[in-house]
Amino acid sequence: MDLRYTNSELAFREELRAWLREVLPSVPPEPHRNDWEGRRAWDTGWQRMLFDAGYAGINWPKEYGGRGATPTEHLIFLEETERMRAPYVGMNFVGLLHAGPTLIAEATEEQKAYHLPGILKGEHVWCQGFSEPGAGSDLASLRCRAFRDGDDYVISGSKIWTSFGHTADYCEMLVRTDPDAPKHKGITWLILPMNAAGIDIRPLRTMEGSTEFCEVYFDEVRVPVKNRVGDENDGWRVTMVTLAFERGTAFVSEMLQSMELVRDLTDLAKKITRHGSTAWEDAGLRRELAHLSGELDALWALTKRNISEAQRKGLVGAGGNVFKVAYTDVRQKLGDISMRLLDRASLSLDDMAGLPTGKHVKGRIHALSIGIAAGTSQVQKNIVSERVLGLPKDR
Amino acid sequence: MDFWPTDDQAALQEGVRTFCQGRFPFETLHDIEAAGGRIDRSAWKDIADMGVFSLRTDGFGITDAALVFEELGRALVPGPLVATYLAATHLSDSAAASGAAIIGLAEVAEPVTVIEHADDLDVLLLLDSNGVRRMAPDALPTDVVERPVDPLTPLRLAHAVTAGGDMVLSGADARAFRLEGTLLTAAMQVGVSFAAIDLAVEYAKGREQFGRPIGQFQAVKHMCADMLTRAEVARSAMYAAAANLEGKGEDDAEHAVRVAKMLAGDAAIFCGKTGIQLHGGMGFTWEVNAQRFWKRATVLDTHFGNSDIHADAIAAAM
Repeated sequence: MDLRYTNSELAFREELRAWLREVLPSVPPEPHRNDWEGRRAWDTGWQRMLFDAGYAGINWPKEYGGRGATPTEHLIFLEETERMRAPYVGMNFVGLLHAGPTLIAEATEEQKAYHLPGILKGEHVWCQGFSEPGAGSDLASLRCRAFRDGDDYVISGSKIWTSFGHTADYCEMLVRTDPDAPKHKGITWLILPMNAAGIDIRPLRTMEGSTEFCEVYFDEVRVPVKNRVGDENDGWRVTMVTLAFERGTAFVSEMLQSMELVRDLTDLAKKITRHGSTAWEDAGLRRELAHLSGELDALWALTKRNISEAQRKGLVGAGGNVFKVAYTDVRQKLGDISMRLLDRASLSLDDMAGLPTGKHVKGRIHALSIGIAAGTSQVQKNIVSERVLGLPKDR
Repeated sequence: MDFWPTDDQAALQEGVRTFCQGRFPFETLHDIEAAGGRIDRSAWKDIADMGVFSLRTDGFGITDAALVFEELGRALVPGPLVATYLAATHLSDSAAASGAAIIGLAEVAEPVTVIEHADDLDVLLLLDSNGVRRMAPDALPTDVVERPVDPLTPLRLAHAVTAGGDMVLSGADARAFRLEGTLLTAAMQVGVSFAAIDLAVEYAKGREQFGRPIGQFQAVKHMCADMLTRAEVARSAMYAAAANLEGKGEDDAEHAVRVAKMLAGDAAIFCGKTGIQLHGGMGFTWEVNAQRFWKRATVLDTHFGNSDIHADAIAAAM
């Protein structure tokens, strides 16, 4: 059990830092969150810079254009890009973290040859068509239909929570191809071009005020059969490859931001006064923050355990589920503390009276989504209790 | 970076687990309890022969010791294990290493100073802010505590703890002694947490109500998942503290140890409590072991500073 980095890992970190120092000044300022054209250009522009420097698809195998980095190098990449405030993966998220890895594992050579370079170079943005209004935590009950008509599948139904649906080029799509089979056995995974006829995209406004999510409606949308990944009705298994990928390192940047949030809140508490003394003089608040700070240290250690396990065994264990449950709780508590600290200054989404209220309020709202996105905390707990502890399924 | 037990470490941990299951099966805890929590000298010798107290002089590292003490905690092995290990390691006490002597440790504390297993000790170490003093176990005037919370941890209440003994460690040496003791206590707390989880999960799989195992109910499942989450987070902090203390990390070891003790202490009490709740009425009985994990957790929380004390120290450095 050794937390020290090897010489080659340290060399990788140094090389990456040097490159980031060189290129970050040339990155333009981040566009407004609802400027979708601007954001697409910014996110994919950064992806292209990564590609040109050999950092695109950091953990993808070399034979498919990735860097073939070890899990530890992947962690170093996420850590350094976050610490040096490089652009986040943004709109390239689904392509790089979901669709790409699934294609690598399951697609035909022809599909890989076309799509993987598009993702790596930032030429193609992907979105995800998994959840439906009637299929959330119970994803396998999805009902969006696709039937065979000659060389096409014809899709009718709807999807929801499709991030970046209105700017994406392709959608990784789960459809019901056999309504009579048991629910896990009648699903197929398709590559859907988002410019196909019959797609209606309606942005959904979140409580943050963002329109990142979309509802997508499909009215007899035709997709060539050659766009199928894996066998017909084998899409659930194909999907599990992607989901296992997501729970490895998806929250590393988030967590590093939370560590910084602890430092910000500590500074804020030392500045804000109430009843004549600073908030930091409140022993209860100090203890609470110390606790959360310690938990974040522990979660960082847990991440390193998960990474090391993946490195040793070649697969991601259940540590990712445990991480997400614990991290959600910590992040939401930090949000609560920030609001108690700011008190009535916490009521504005913009900074108030010289206090940095905006980012804390928005951060607290964002924290509410963490326990929901990528599998709710309740679903995570089901997974932990059934797959790790072996408790019987209730089905 | 390779933050996962090596094959040798996994084998070491497995070996200690097998030893504990053979030598200290949970059924024997009732007998030890009936004997007033007194330590069986031949069992103590077996622990020593397993190499527990001489780990460091035998060439093992702190991370190895952390894995071993996690197993000792998991099996609820009674006695001043950490204190005897510390005497062998930091005081070069060969009688401690060989199992010939049982070494106790009491921390001078407010509101009371208590000595565990006092009637079985050959040597008492007294720890305060100045360092470690060594004395005969009867050097301090004490009264027996008639009904200790954990019947496997008999207690005496000490009076006039300012007197006597030889100062054997101070300054940086005393600090190293305290840090390693804190870490290994956290390791035992992690072990207690996982033992509570194992028992609770086994019960949830077998106990039927409303025509099915209660482990099928999400309310019960989520209790188990919450226990595991706390325990794994604490275990991660504890392993990180061990690695840093051994010089195999880049973070401040004292901070890492405080975090480990704080989280492991809370995890052990939480898992102990939740394990009792999960057993329903049986959890509240003397017969079912669920209560024993909680009781040991409450004892260990008071060793080397409880969670609040470490949280305050962490805050002071923020």
